[in-house]
Amino acid sequence: MSMTITEKILADHAGLPEVVPGQLITAKLDLVLANDVTGPIAIREFTKFGVDKVFDAGKVALVPDHFTPNKDIASAEQAKLMREFAREQQIEHYWEIGRVGIEHCLLPEQGVTLPGDMIIGADSHTCTYGALGAFATGVGSTDCAAGLATGEGWFKVPESMKFVFHGTKFQPWVSGKDLILYIIGKIGVDGARYRAMEFAGEGISALSQDGRFTMCNMAIEAGGKNGIIAADEKTEAYLKGRAHRPYKVFASDPDARYAEIMEFEVSEIPLQVALPHLPENTESVEEAAGIKLDQVVIGSCTNGRIEDLRVAAGILRGRKIHPEVRLLIFPGTQEIYRQAMHEGLLDIFLEAGAAVSTPTCGPCLGGHMGILAKGERALATTNRNFVGRMGHPESEVYLSGPAVAAASAVRGEISHPREVVGNG
Amino acid sequence: MGKAWKFGHDIDTDVIIPARYLNRSEPEYLAAHCMEDADAGFAPGVKSGDVIVGGKNFGCGSSREHAPLAIKASGVKAVVAESFARIFYRNALNIGLPILECPEAAAGIEAGDEVEVEPASGKITNVTRKTSFQAMPFPVFMQELMAAGGLVPYVRGRLKNA
Repeated sequence: MSMTITEKILADHAGLPEVVPGQLITAKLDLVLANDVTGPIAIREFTKFGVDKVFDAGKVALVPDHFTPNKDIASAEQAKLMREFAREQQIEHYWEIGRVGIEHCLLPEQGVTLPGDMIIGADSHTCTYGALGAFATGVGSTDCAAGLATGEGWFKVPESMKFVFHGTKFQPWVSGKDLILYIIGKIGVDGARYRAMEFAGEGISALSQDGRFTMCNMAIEAGGKNGIIAADEKTEAYLKGRAHRPYKVFASDPDARYAEIMEFEVSEIPLQVALPHLPENTESVEEAAGIKLDQVVIGSCTNGRIEDLRVAAGILRGRKIHPEVRLLIFPGTQEIYRQAMHEGLLDIFLEAGAAVSTPTCGPCLGGHMGILAKGERALATTNRNFVGRMGHPESEVYLSGPAVAAASAVRGEISHPREVVGNG
Repeated sequence: MGKAWKFGHDIDTDVIIPARYLNRSEPEYLAAHCMEDADAGFAPGVKSGDVIVGGKNFGCGSSREHAPLAIKASGVKAVVAESFARIFYRNALNIGLPILECPEAAAGIEAGDEVEVEPASGKITNVTRKTSFQAMPFPVFMQELMAAGGLVPYVRGRLKNA
């Protein structure tokens, strides 16, 4: 029977020749992930299962990235609890500050997540790894704990939605972020609820690996169970030198069945901005232009990769941030940070008047390192603009890709990059 | 029987429990800030046995289990909504917070109505308006999960028998 890529990976890990949407399966896990917010609860629940050891210390990743470097005593205690568990269980994939990065940038970079893998993570943006052709989905701490104890999880096979992008003529500065915001704007924040979101077509082939991570990262913002893109030669190139174990490449059959297929021409998609307080409130940057800003954030598991920093630096080079705006830049990992340093990007950022931080999820979730006061407004390359997401419940978050964010930081208001650099 | 607290569509887990409180995980601490950014009167006013009524996509966004933990520790007996976001749905079942998907009940209950919910049968009664509703039944597997008392006892049982 013909299957989608998602169905094939689920069948493979359930030991079944085929699966169909709606079927409940038990699947073996290649990786179980938690962070310093979800990990402590997962560890607390893990101790109730009556087992001493995690199912496989080489298939667990514990990433202290949310409230680290520790913002206060309470968060330091949470990080300590996870650190002690990692040491006691001899968890292979654990990193300390100075080596750690934002989980969804770090794990692919370190070759921990590979094509064909079955991954659960106690973080909703676990769906990011679908960009490598893996099945990856976010779960809560108790599901994570069960995965730690058993190496298995129960799943309902999702229906798949296919998003086909025709053409390769992107409008200037349009990136993976714009494509995914555009989709969410069309289908809404529950438009893919319980479903697999499969991205395909020439437009996706033309997209960089970094851009693909950004797209799959935000599948959850449409309610998706997972986002997925079949691995191709760009994926193979990305994995070279990173992958240290064999992996399986899956692809959808040509006659696989989809609940829905949506098609787009990439040339028709303009730069996007999502207005408060839902990622579905999208407009073109022209429509949103002129909105005054107090803060701009470039980074996060959505847009904290080297390509994002290069795009931002291309716009900021030789320019200054608007005097009334704070620009905060968060490289996703130490490797990205160092690469940005070698390429001279950090000089450009500092010269422009931006703050560059060590990798952390900090401001994206309103945790620390850039909290908004009452009435303040931010434009961020992050993934959510819910009420109070970045601070005070009466603050506002707008979402965009890195080009619009950098240009807007220069102008002090939401701006098309051409307003800053001409027609690129 | 308890009072209904009504919320709109797409109630996200950031609103249910803002990240500024996620540096701790004790359910009672989380409960003291539950729904703070949507209705500051909720945490101080909610009483044991009360019911939350939401619109579509309740619990969307972050996977934080702190959200159903906060609701459960606040004394809320059940959440009734038009629909639930996937991760929240799983988390609520896993920790034993009854959730009932019922668009008719979500539309037919107003804030402050006296409501009776029977999670096992899915029956929802609006005592104030003298109406009753039947929620969508849970799949068999999830009924087993709930009968075991949540995911931890369910998996512990399976590990013991393995």
